[in-house]
Parts: sequence; structure tokens; C-alpha cells
Amino acid sequence: MVTAVTNLGRSGLYDWLVQRVSGVVLLAYFSCLAAFLISTPDVSYEQWHGLFQHTAMRVFSVAAILSLAMHAWIGLWCVVTDYLTPRLLGPRANLYRGLASAVCGITLFTYVVWGLQIVWGS
Amino acid sequence: MSPLLVKTTVTDNRPVNLDLATIKMPITAIVSILTRASGVFLFAAMAVMIWLLDMSLASAEQFEQLKDLLNAPLSKLVLWAILAAVIYHALAGIKHLVADFGYGETLEGGVLGARLVLILSIILAALAGMWIW
Repeated sequence: MVTAVTNLGRSGLYDWLVQRVSGVVLLAYFSCLAAFLISTPDVSYEQWHGLFQHTAMRVFSVAAILSLAMHAWIGLWCVVTDYLTPRLLGPRANLYRGLASAVCGITLFTYVVWGLQIVWGS
Repeated sequence: MSPLLVKTTVTDNRPVNLDLATIKMPITAIVSILTRASGVFLFAAMAVMIWLLDMSLASAEQFEQLKDLLNAPLSKLVLWAILAAVIYHALAGIKHLVADFGYGETLEGGVLGARLVLILSIILAALAGMWIW
């Protein structure tokens, strides 16, 4: 049996759980942001900046950013392992899939660093 | 077993039964593939969203600049596309969670869930559009 090395948790069950937990965190985060924006018509910089100054909001934002990275990695892993296959791309499929995974990973890592910088730096 | 034989076995004895191009996709399959498509789209759109957050929190001047920028018709269209994708992906995710708790696992339940996801997405995406414009 071959052990998968590119999926997040080395196990389908673990990935399944992480995908659900991170999904719920993102759902809660986007719902809260939507509720704030809808209940604050014509939002000012002070209101918006003030919201992200709260420690609770910063912690929530970090949770959302980390959830996003894990959620996107698991989802993109499913997509690339389903579609970037030797059947569809020929004998060099593994190389192309590896490159696509690398691009996804570097992008997600950039999102995490950039997001943390915004949330804790402003 | 010689390496050549292994190769032949692997390449020859794994029939491809599903020629996806010839199969008419049921609504459940359409909702499923749209979940993936919206997820891939959101992965790319996240760069725009983080950039928006960055600019909105950088300074009062940049916040005002961003407000002007988001008033342009093209920006509104991009914003709406991202919001619609978020709405669809979230509803499809909720459908998954509901199924995880054992509801809607039958064929009828799956079709009903898929219809609900599509209909609610259209309604919420329309409301999001009204909110933006």
C-alpha cells in the first residue's frame, strides 16, 4: 500500500474532519463580516478599523486565515489528484501535478503571511 | 514478476468505465462540480480579498480611495462574482454538513438538497447584487 504524502493529514478521515472544522470557522467568519457590513451602512474608516482593533476580532481573523489555508489545501489536493492524472495529461502528469501543488502551497503560504501581517500590523 | 509485466498489468487491466463526456450530469453532479469550481475560483479570488482588506485597513486615505475604486462598475461586477462564489460555496458546504449528520443521504434527499442549494444561491446572490448596486 502506498502512503499518501501530499494530502494534509496523511489520512482521509483527518482531512475530512479538518475540512469540516475549517469550513465552519470560515462560515462563521464570513457571516459575522456580512452581518457587520449589512448592519453598518456607509461604513467609515474609524468603524472598520475599530472592528479589526479588537483582540477577539484579530484572533477570529487568524483562525479564519489558518482555516482558509488548510481548507484550500485539502480542496485543491482533491482537485489536482482527480484531474491532473496520467489518463488526462499523459506520462508527465505526476510532474505537472507536483508543480500545480507547489504553486498552490506557495500561494497559500503567501496568503497566510500577508493576512497575519494585515491583521496584527494595523 | 518482471518490471515489464507489472507495467503491462497496470496499464492494461485498469479499464476506464466512465466516459464522462457521454454521461448526462444529474443536478447532484452539477451542484458537486460547481462546488469545486467555486472553490478553485475563491482560491484565486482570495488574493483580491486579502488585498482589499490590506488597503481598507492601511489608512483613512487608502480607505477612501478604495471606496471610490469599488464604486466603478467593473469593481462592482468583480465584487459580486466573488460574493456569489462565497454564497454558493458556503451553501454547498452546509449541504455537506447536513449530509454528515445523516440527512438527505437518499437519492431523493440528495436531489432536494442540490435544488435547495441552487435556488437559495440564486436568491442570496441576487440580494448581494442589490446590496452592491
